[in-house]
Amino acid sequence: MLAPLPLTRIPPEDEALRAPVKAFLAETVAALPASRRVRSWMGFDAEFSRKLGAQGWLGLTLPKAYGGAARSPFARFVLVEELLAVGAPVAAHWIADRQSGPLILKYGTEAQKQFYLPRICKGEAFFCIGMSEPNSGSDLASVRSRATKTAKGWRLNGRKIWTTNAFRSHYMIALVRTSGAPEDRHKGLSQIIIDLALPGITVRPIRDLALDTHFSEVFFDEVELADDALIGAEGQGWEQVTAELAFERSGPERLYSSIVLLDSWLDHLRQTGERSQAAALGRLIGALASLRAMSIAIMARLAAGESPVVEAALVKDLGTELEQEIPILIADALGSHPERPIPAQLLAALTYVTQVAPSFSLRGGTREILRGMIARGLGLR
Amino acid sequence: MTDLLRDALERLFASQASPAQVRAIEDGGDAGPLWAAIEEGGFGHALVPESADGAGLALADVFPTLMAAGAQALPVPLGLTMLARALLAEAGEDVPEGAITIATDPDAAWRCAGLPYARTASWALLACPDGFALAPMGDVAPDAGQDRLSGDVAFAKPARRVANPTDLRAMAASVLAAQMAGALVRVFEDTIRFANERVQFGKPIGKFQAIQQQLSVMAEQVFAARMAAELAFSGPGLRPDPLRAAIAKARAGEAAVRACATAHAVHGAMGITEEFDLQLLTRRLHGWRLGYGADGYWHARVGQAALAETSGGTLDFIRTRLMY
Ligand SMILES: Cc1cc2nc3c(=O)[nH]c(=O)nc-3n(C[C@H](O)[C@H](O)[C@H](O)COP(=O)(O)OP(=O)(O)OC[C@H]3O[C@@H](n4cnc5c(N)ncnc54)[C@H](O)[C@@H]3O)c2cc1C
Repeated sequence: MLAPLPLTRIPPEDEALRAPVKAFLAETVAALPASRRVRSWMGFDAEFSRKLGAQGWLGLTLPKAYGGAARSPFARFVLVEELLAVGAPVAAHWIADRQSGPLILKYGTEAQKQFYLPRICKGEAFFCIGMSEPNSGSDLASVRSRATKTAKGWRLNGRKIWTTNAFRSHYMIALVRTSGAPEDRHKGLSQIIIDLALPGITVRPIRDLALDTHFSEVFFDEVELADDALIGAEGQGWEQVTAELAFERSGPERLYSSIVLLDSWLDHLRQTGERSQAAALGRLIGALASLRAMSIAIMARLAAGESPVVEAALVKDLGTELEQEIPILIADALGSHPERPIPAQLLAALTYVTQVAPSFSLRGGTREILRGMIARGLGLR
Repeated sequence: MTDLLRDALERLFASQASPAQVRAIEDGGDAGPLWAAIEEGGFGHALVPESADGAGLALADVFPTLMAAGAQALPVPLGLTMLARALLAEAGEDVPEGAITIATDPDAAWRCAGLPYARTASWALLACPDGFALAPMGDVAPDAGQDRLSGDVAFAKPARRVANPTDLRAMAASVLAAQMAGALVRVFEDTIRFANERVQFGKPIGKFQAIQQQLSVMAEQVFAARMAAELAFSGPGLRPDPLRAAIAKARAGEAAVRACATAHAVHGAMGITEEFDLQLLTRRLHGWRLGYGADGYWHARVGQAALAETSGGTLDFIRTRLMY
């Protein structure tokens, strides 16, 4: 059985980061149209990421020796939730800041840390995640891309797909087979860092149904990698990826993907004086408030050095369900008055979120896979 | 302290509030011995200040106790009594012996329809426009409420009123939310156990992916409801914050609907029987959901408060008004 998540308050010294972050965002982001901000953590702006780096707000939890700010996960929670609440274009640095940096800190050699972390903190090294392949989605352990040992390092062949921002990232951390065969499943997998500028790599961007281009297909054809491309231990890739996913799943981005739309609707209701939707609005706010409290409680576990994988899955599943309900409910509310036109920016935000909402419960592990993890945590499997 | 209190109460339940004893009281049996045992343990005075011979605990301290009462389907209003007594003591009023229920909507002739715990309470704290009044229980006409304890009551006009504006509905709703959180956890644990024990097609039904997925969703609902209820009991003072109470009650109500449906689905026909204890809790969860305002009522209060602000987004509202 799972232990309860105790109500936790963000410590005042971390809460103190909120005011400067809000002030910065009021200047840099708030004026952008909702139709742009609604893209949330899919919005890409390298310049903005560098500005955050200049503020010292990238790699916030990394040690100072590597250019980080040595702040607590709560401080990062405050920063990230404010970025998401306004819809700041955070995609460029998002993966590096959220998971590649912490992964390199945990498993990297001293040389790897010195090489990558300071540039992550300046917003000069963007990362992408190479896990999925055409035939390996939920069944990640079946990946077939392979790195073979050579005299000088590794030779990489294979293919990744759905890699968010591969065509505008500097590095990919990929899960590949380094020994054994696909039948060996979790054994023989390793993580490698790939410099995407190397010869033999082709990146083909893929356009999504909202006409945005963020994910991509990546082909590796006899790519020669140096010895130190390996991150962590050879054959330990599966364990490393699992730990990485706890970071990937527990953050506030699993609650706030639709918040710019929600806030646009809230403003609309305030401006028009429409009060008949108060219960619908209150329901979404209440659900979000409970989820935020749960997310902070998980943050406390992470801060204590635990890996609350099952609890993170639970909050992600509940959070994405709410994110997906928001556009459905708002469309119903707006459409209940067919005689009133929907303001252009609100419509654009609604249209966008409605289109991409199905991805919320796919990316980072599908709904069914997460529920399977929870069931395991409950002792059912 | 908090856990000690809960453990002591759970020991008392084992001898005084077993499922059989709960059924007997629902059937019209005397709740007197159960209440006497609770009084003897001093539980009803938990929130009363020490200066008035109480335990002087804070709201957060009694939360586990109220969850335990909910998990037990306790047929007497312990949580409501705790809060009512604390209010009376705070106002310098006499604090009587006997269980107190809370009546949020008496009509002009002091009649209350569908009063929770009407049959097992000795007193009611009646909401008045400017405060509240304590009245001895009047004649009870039992109604069709889920726990078989509620009823329509005609009170005599209270002799004294205490001028002390208080959102009694929010207080009472928080108590039910905490009880619901406790009941949800218990129903969830019982359902997991059942899924591991009941064998069909040669294996425990909990091994089927369809059942696992339903139980995972149930876990999410139970976790969210407990977190929301805990929020209502997190602030200073004796009065749960009305907006946090709103979220607690509404979230618990939503979770109750989904969790009860799954619990019954997993238990099959057995769960529908009178004899099996599941119904003691699922009936109450539906009843408590209705009590002191259901989900829609409390959602609307939250929504109205958010619309009344002139600026700031939902995160600002949540941080400043809904969190402590
Ligand atoms: C916007 C977006 C960005 C992404 N970015 C990245 C990225 O940067 N890097 C990366 O590596 N990947 C990325 N992905 C891929 C993502 O991780 C996969 O989509 C996900 O793992 C599911 O794989 P799939 O799409 O192949 O679906 P499948 O695994 O084929 O699943 C299809 C359906 O079958 C169900 N299913 C599968 N197995 C089971 C089972 N055992 N039991 C029950 N149901 C099952 C699934 O739940 C789902 O409903 C991204 C995806 C999206 C949508």
